[in-house]
Amino acid sequence: MIHVINPGLLTTVQDLGRRGYTHLGLSPAGAADSVSFRIANLLAGNEANAPALEITLIGPTLEFETAATIAISGHGTTVSLPINQAFEVAAGTRLMVGPLSAGARAYLSVRGGFKVPQVMNSCATFLPAKIGGFDGRALRSGDKLAIGDRIQSGPRKLSSSFSYANLLPPDGPIRVTPSLQSDWFDHETIGRFYQQPFTVTDQSNRSGLRLAGEPTPSTGHGELLTEGIALGAVQVPPDGQPIVLFVDQQTTGGYPKIANVISADIPRIGQLRPRDEIEFQSVSLVQAAELLRAQERALHEAVS
Amino acid sequence: MRVEPASDSALFISFGDAISLEAHHRVILLFKAIQGLRDPRIWNLHPAYSSLLIDFDPVRLTHEELENVLAPLLAESGPSSLAAARQIEIPVCYDPELGPDLVMVAEHCHLTEEQVIAMHTGGDYFVYFLGFSPGFGYLGGLPNQLHVPRLATPRRQVQAGSVGLAGPQTGIYPNDSPGGWQLIGRTPWRMFDPRADPPSRLYPGDRVRFRRIDADEFERIRREQGQDR
Repeated sequence: MIHVINPGLLTTVQDLGRRGYTHLGLSPAGAADSVSFRIANLLAGNEANAPALEITLIGPTLEFETAATIAISGHGTTVSLPINQAFEVAAGTRLMVGPLSAGARAYLSVRGGFKVPQVMNSCATFLPAKIGGFDGRALRSGDKLAIGDRIQSGPRKLSSSFSYANLLPPDGPIRVTPSLQSDWFDHETIGRFYQQPFTVTDQSNRSGLRLAGEPTPSTGHGELLTEGIALGAVQVPPDGQPIVLFVDQQTTGGYPKIANVISADIPRIGQLRPRDEIEFQSVSLVQAAELLRAQERALHEAVS
Repeated sequence: MRVEPASDSALFISFGDAISLEAHHRVILLFKAIQGLRDPRIWNLHPAYSSLLIDFDPVRLTHEELENVLAPLLAESGPSSLAAARQIEIPVCYDPELGPDLVMVAEHCHLTEEQVIAMHTGGDYFVYFLGFSPGFGYLGGLPNQLHVPRLATPRRQVQAGSVGLAGPQTGIYPNDSPGGWQLIGRTPWRMFDPRADPPSRLYPGDRVRFRRIDADEFERIRREQGQDR
């Protein structure tokens, strides 16, 4: 068992998401940065989808009743724990993850994965409706986590050529493709959208990131009939401040969408902190597909 | 019909820009036909009033390939009856403690409370789609006389099971949540239970009727549900 001494800011059990239920109004949830999540499981020698802990800004303090092998993946922690490599923890160890020095999220996987019940075919925590993960909620002090048996290989090491910053660039524009209502925004507004930095506000979470900047409202198209929303849609309510819809998003909505974050950059959205500044860059669907393939290749070559 | 990419991993199919029964039927037919494919490259389906959004695996499928997969289904999904639709009868208690806006709704509609209840239980409804929160169905088919505006100020907390009206629609809140619909009653049913199979009482395309129950039956059904789960 692993005892939660201090849960940190917001630590949840996640996997790659609960697919196949959006028609019931349930979004997939799952790791906000699926690339780092997958690396943590690769390093621990786990199945790709084994449940791991998603750490948000400030990590937990955990006490290990028995020895375990763990891996923490992300941009960095301030406490001098090894990052992006598997390491052993002796029985009785108290492990303090502490604040993350860069990025918004890190993933802690234990060899075997964390053992929580499958709910609707997934172990992901969906906080808005308290479904899945550890009792449908973020971890609390006093929780006890069991270790599972979802092992695939021995613990692995990152290959010498691997570059975390290449895989998930911390800087640089967020790449988007046009979305269903891009033509509801006039030329000038589209220009403003792509030529200014937006600030990620405190009103941001796994459901959506609310941005602040020069307003970019849609122009003169009236009301949109409620329709399905894709992950990473950038919707613009009447106040003109965009919202990037994220892993815990609502499945349908009625605000016009100016753009949609490409699949390869969705994990980068999961690394944005409040007060970070971002810019958007428009790419074609073909470029988006190439960027995703390159990311998948890099992930396959990540471990030696 | 309009088919266009919504993102690099989503395709959007629209059957018009207005709410209509015909568009609804086409959405549901296509939705069920795609589910029938059981194609692991198709991840999620989001039916709505007159459209269907399809999330797919962008590593294994392109928009063009998905369109080719769908072409035979789209050719079939012309207007046709939904005779096979499932019929659900939902018990609702309309006592004023459970439907705090019933009096206001009756006033707004120039009806008595009994008339509002009779019209609500007399209607034949259909589930356009589920959204807003897990298990929340948008039901069409509300009699014209019962069309009321949303509350000017949404409630911070609506009790799970509350039955509400908003514009041409009626619906049931599956969980305690904020909400702006006018509440006229409550069902003792648990509308969404992630551990049940199926987890949702409602499904896109279902036909729905409401059955009036008294406070005793409300409590009895609620207790039974508590023992079940």
